[in-house]
Amino acid sequence: MAGGINEINREEVQMAVVALKPGYEEAVDFRDRQENFHGNQVVYLHWEEHLSFCSATAFPLPPEMPFGALIEELIPTYYGMHPDYQSVNWEQVEWKIDGKPSTPDLSKSLADNGVGHKSLVCFRTPGLNGYRGSCS
Amino acid sequence: MTPPRKKKMNLKQRYALMTRGLDWETSYQKMDDVFPYDTFEGIKITDWSKWEDPFRLTMDAYWKYQGEKERKLYAVLDSFAQNNGQLGISDARYVNAIKLFLTGVTPLEYQAHRHFAHLGRHIRGAGPRVAAQMQSLDELRHAQTQIHTISHYNKYFDGFAEFPHMHDRVWYLSVPKSFFDDACTAGPFEFFTAISFAFEYVLTNLLFVPFMSGAAYNGDLATVTFGFSAQSDEARHMTLGIEVIKFMLEQHPDNLPIVQKWVDKWFWRGHKMLGLVAMMMDYMLPKRIMSWKEAWEIYFTEAGGALFEDLSRYGLRVPKYADIATEEAEHISHQNWAIFYQYTQAAGFHTWLPTDEEMAWLSEKYPNTFDKYYRPRFEMWREMEAKGERFYNNALPQLCQTCQIPMGYTEPGDPTKIGFRSTEYKGERYHFCSDGCKDIFENEPEKFAQAWLPVHQIFQGNCGGADLGDVLKWYRMDNGTDNLDYSGSPDQQQWDAWQAARKKVAG
Repeated sequence: MAGGINEINREEVQMAVVALKPGYEEAVDFRDRQENFHGNQVVYLHWEEHLSFCSATAFPLPPEMPFGALIEELIPTYYGMHPDYQSVNWEQVEWKIDGKPSTPDLSKSLADNGVGHKSLVCFRTPGLNGYRGSCS
Repeated sequence: MTPPRKKKMNLKQRYALMTRGLDWETSYQKMDDVFPYDTFEGIKITDWSKWEDPFRLTMDAYWKYQGEKERKLYAVLDSFAQNNGQLGISDARYVNAIKLFLTGVTPLEYQAHRHFAHLGRHIRGAGPRVAAQMQSLDELRHAQTQIHTISHYNKYFDGFAEFPHMHDRVWYLSVPKSFFDDACTAGPFEFFTAISFAFEYVLTNLLFVPFMSGAAYNGDLATVTFGFSAQSDEARHMTLGIEVIKFMLEQHPDNLPIVQKWVDKWFWRGHKMLGLVAMMMDYMLPKRIMSWKEAWEIYFTEAGGALFEDLSRYGLRVPKYADIATEEAEHISHQNWAIFYQYTQAAGFHTWLPTDEEMAWLSEKYPNTFDKYYRPRFEMWREMEAKGERFYNNALPQLCQTCQIPMGYTEPGDPTKIGFRSTEYKGERYHFCSDGCKDIFENEPEKFAQAWLPVHQIFQGNCGGADLGDVLKWYRMDNGTDNLDYSGSPDQQQWDAWQAARKKVAG
């Protein structure tokens, strides 16, 4: 897996299950599997050093959506009200996908750029670090 | 002829007969079949009779004491209503703290009632079984008396009417709800550790003192009286919490690592949930008692420190990440209020920006953090408000898989960076706000992978629709009335009209 994600030792997990009846683990329903999102995948977006947006934001997006649509559609709609937004130079923006520095191809899809279900896409805008430099 | 007078039993004999004397060893059914729940967690009990009964109450005495307390409580509530007590509060903003209590805490009392009733049937030892039965009744009374106390405010203010429905559905109420669901779906010993020990013993003062002192400072006599009527019960609940821990640790050395893991887990879960109280104390009370940070120092660092020193003779240590939680006491209230300010459109209570005076108080109470990290955030929003561009976050937040709070907490040691943690389980990615929440998941991934995360449920189409309006309807949150800023709300309009009328009368 991409950086920042740790594999759990499966055998250890199996051993650790404490349940009233055997077979619990096999019977449970994991609610957030990709097929439950009607053809979309969940993508999280985060503008670093702009914590007036309290957390990363979540979007159900088609995996085939071009990466560039984040810049053209999503970010202006949901981050455009920040006073720093107008000054962003998109050529200089530093991207991270699931914790790994990345140079996305804007014309290619999210999937082709390595953005999967429940991936975290972070962007940093050098020189712009929030209201009066406060990271807000 | 008169029958010979029987000698009256003393209290101890009566107690023994009315509690343990009602117990028996089953013969035509196996004890393991009669009590199927109390062994699977791995806790080893060699002698149930060693349990020290913490309550020393029989049901008839319980009935009598509680009846007396309730007569007094309801007399105060009647007079509060007759004297229009709602007019005596410090400011109508205060009522929002009570909205948070009724939607977030009261349903937990009811859940506690249900689960203690379950334990009152399913624990093998007669001592703890009786204790659980009494606590079950306490919790039902607390739910009921809270609803009756707060119902007075429901006559005059918005946001109260649909509290049980909201508790089950609203995004931020999934935080307390999932906390309690986690406890109730655990085995009996974990439930005792979670609720009786971690919550009612270690952290209870951080819930009840802020709300009840907050009520006293802000002229809410009804809630104060409820608090007093619950106090003696809470003292019993605390005693049960400590007794459970000592009993498990004394029964078998193998129990220690299991209990320690639960203490770590439930301390961390409690700390995250109490962040809602932190925000209430620092931002929602018009007349403040003390800061969250001060409360944390008194009730956790000092009192909790002494407790864990005492428990160290059993090998139990201070909960893991207690140091991180203490560092977070500098941040959590500001970060949480910022979450609700930007999602005010989906909050069941009103929000506002702190005034100059309130910001000065926050600077004084949080000299290390407020001016540097949080004042600029509020000043930016204030500028935007002045321009008619009030800041709303119109996207949905990323939630922590464990605590279900928006992932708005910063890295230990660096308040300018959001802390992101993640792991993989059965090919699926999961995200967490902290190492504490990640550890909890990794100890029981099969449980927490099932979490009902409100944001993902909206995306899956399970919450009434895709638009904010649809979701609010599904929450039974009245748009424009229950939500949004205090300024301009019907609550505020009514309060201002009352104040104007009073001035006129005063002439």
